[in-house]
Amino acid sequence: MIKIIDLHKSFNGQAVLDGINLEMPTGKITVVIGKSGVGKSVLLKHIIGLLKPDRGQVLIDGVDVTQLKGRKLQEMRRRFAVLFQGGALFDSLNVFENVAFPLREKTRLPEAEITRRVHERLEQMNLSPEVANKFPDELSGGMKKRVALARAMIQEPEIILFDEPVTGLDPPMSNTVFHLINKTHDASGYTALVVAHDLPEVFQVADYVAMLHRGRIIAYGTPEEIQRHQDPKVQSFIKGEVDFLED
Amino acid sequence: MAIFIRPLGRWVLNWVQEAGAMLLFLLQGLALAFVPPFRPRRLLQEINLIGVKSTLIVLLTAAFTGMVLALQGYYTLRKYGSEGALGSAVALSLIREMGPVLTALMVSARAGSAVTAEIGIMRITEQLDALDTMAVNPMQYVVMPKLLAGLIAVPLLTAIFDVVGILGGYLVGVVLLGVSSGAYFSGMVQSVVPLDINGGIVKSLVFGLTIIMVASFKGYYTEHGAEGVSRATNQTVVLSAVLVLAWDYILTSFFM
Repeated sequence: MIKIIDLHKSFNGQAVLDGINLEMPTGKITVVIGKSGVGKSVLLKHIIGLLKPDRGQVLIDGVDVTQLKGRKLQEMRRRFAVLFQGGALFDSLNVFENVAFPLREKTRLPEAEITRRVHERLEQMNLSPEVANKFPDELSGGMKKRVALARAMIQEPEIILFDEPVTGLDPPMSNTVFHLINKTHDASGYTALVVAHDLPEVFQVADYVAMLHRGRIIAYGTPEEIQRHQDPKVQSFIKGEVDFLED
Repeated sequence: MAIFIRPLGRWVLNWVQEAGAMLLFLLQGLALAFVPPFRPRRLLQEINLIGVKSTLIVLLTAAFTGMVLALQGYYTLRKYGSEGALGSAVALSLIREMGPVLTALMVSARAGSAVTAEIGIMRITEQLDALDTMAVNPMQYVVMPKLLAGLIAVPLLTAIFDVVGILGGYLVGVVLLGVSSGAYFSGMVQSVVPLDINGGIVKSLVFGLTIIMVASFKGYYTEHGAEGVSRATNQTVVLSAVLVLAWDYILTSFFM
């Protein structure tokens, strides 16, 4: 269980997170929606400990990540994987080396076993074996996302954070990525947080949805509950009617 | 009056703050060299990037510098009938000053800017964050091997510079202008003392560390996308060149 309690964060005096309270049940996919720039990625970076809050807690199985440093923070991070918005693949490594990177750095597995696991993951992501020798700048946006997902999955983490997993992809590729998230979740049962603003596609992967608005969670529930939510801000956002956040 | 003093004070404070941050960055990077895991392959990759790939530009610069030194030195020394001292003049100029300084400036322009751009792009594309989330310390994985590579490669490049410069001087002084080959080399052997060589080595070590420290620091703390990377790269070349020349004066006065 990931529990966020009264999380505050400001940049240059401007409050980005203004008292976030949110629970992400173990083994479920929680999606945080909201307009671009409302702080969804900032929230995600607090969960993994890349940013420190001004105040508040991020509890993972009762341990406050915001208080962890050094080795303890590194140990906690071993339970995580993050799929970054642009993939964050290492430019100097080819696809195989990128996917193998966490195994080579954090395990003592023999090279043959690493090779087997990497190819298994690439196959799971519908990537042909020839892709393994390509470098990130030779890949399309969709391929980059799938390689990044393969890298995120390679150590079978307990928790995966997805930062805008389909931004910049065409609709068929977006659906493919969401399908892969569903497929890997069904197979591994990890706890996931997805930050996205791609509606209604994102509802197909969500167990729970939270809406972030002006630094606060203004709605939380199952996808069906969110779609029936009475708050006009939620309805306007879901329907894409008006840019209400500018009021 | 205050309108001039306030910005000046702010500039000085920012400068001192950045210098302190850079020094801490350097110490943290070097300390991580003694913490496992050790990645010798990463070190070799960085020596290749910073050292091997700078060899050609260093060779060219060294050859022309030696040739110009010999040409200028010959016409100056001839006025006093001391053409025989050409070898020692070329060697001392190269070993004490020109070798370390020009090698450092070339490495700064070629490899320093590349280091800043590489780390800066890793920052803005979240590759450094990705390392962090994989529980791999980006300072240890990315920065530390570059610092060590600077420490190893720049003195070696300086040695190459000195040798090639002396040969360039030989080509002009002996082959083209007719100075005796024996006088060229014997003057060199008699006038160059261990302190000159040690001074050159110390300078190149300090310059190598300074360049890569500045380049890595500027890249590591890049902000504001592609424009930020461009600005950081520019700052690296300017700041490392100024620091190299400032260090050169301090170290020269120390080794006099």
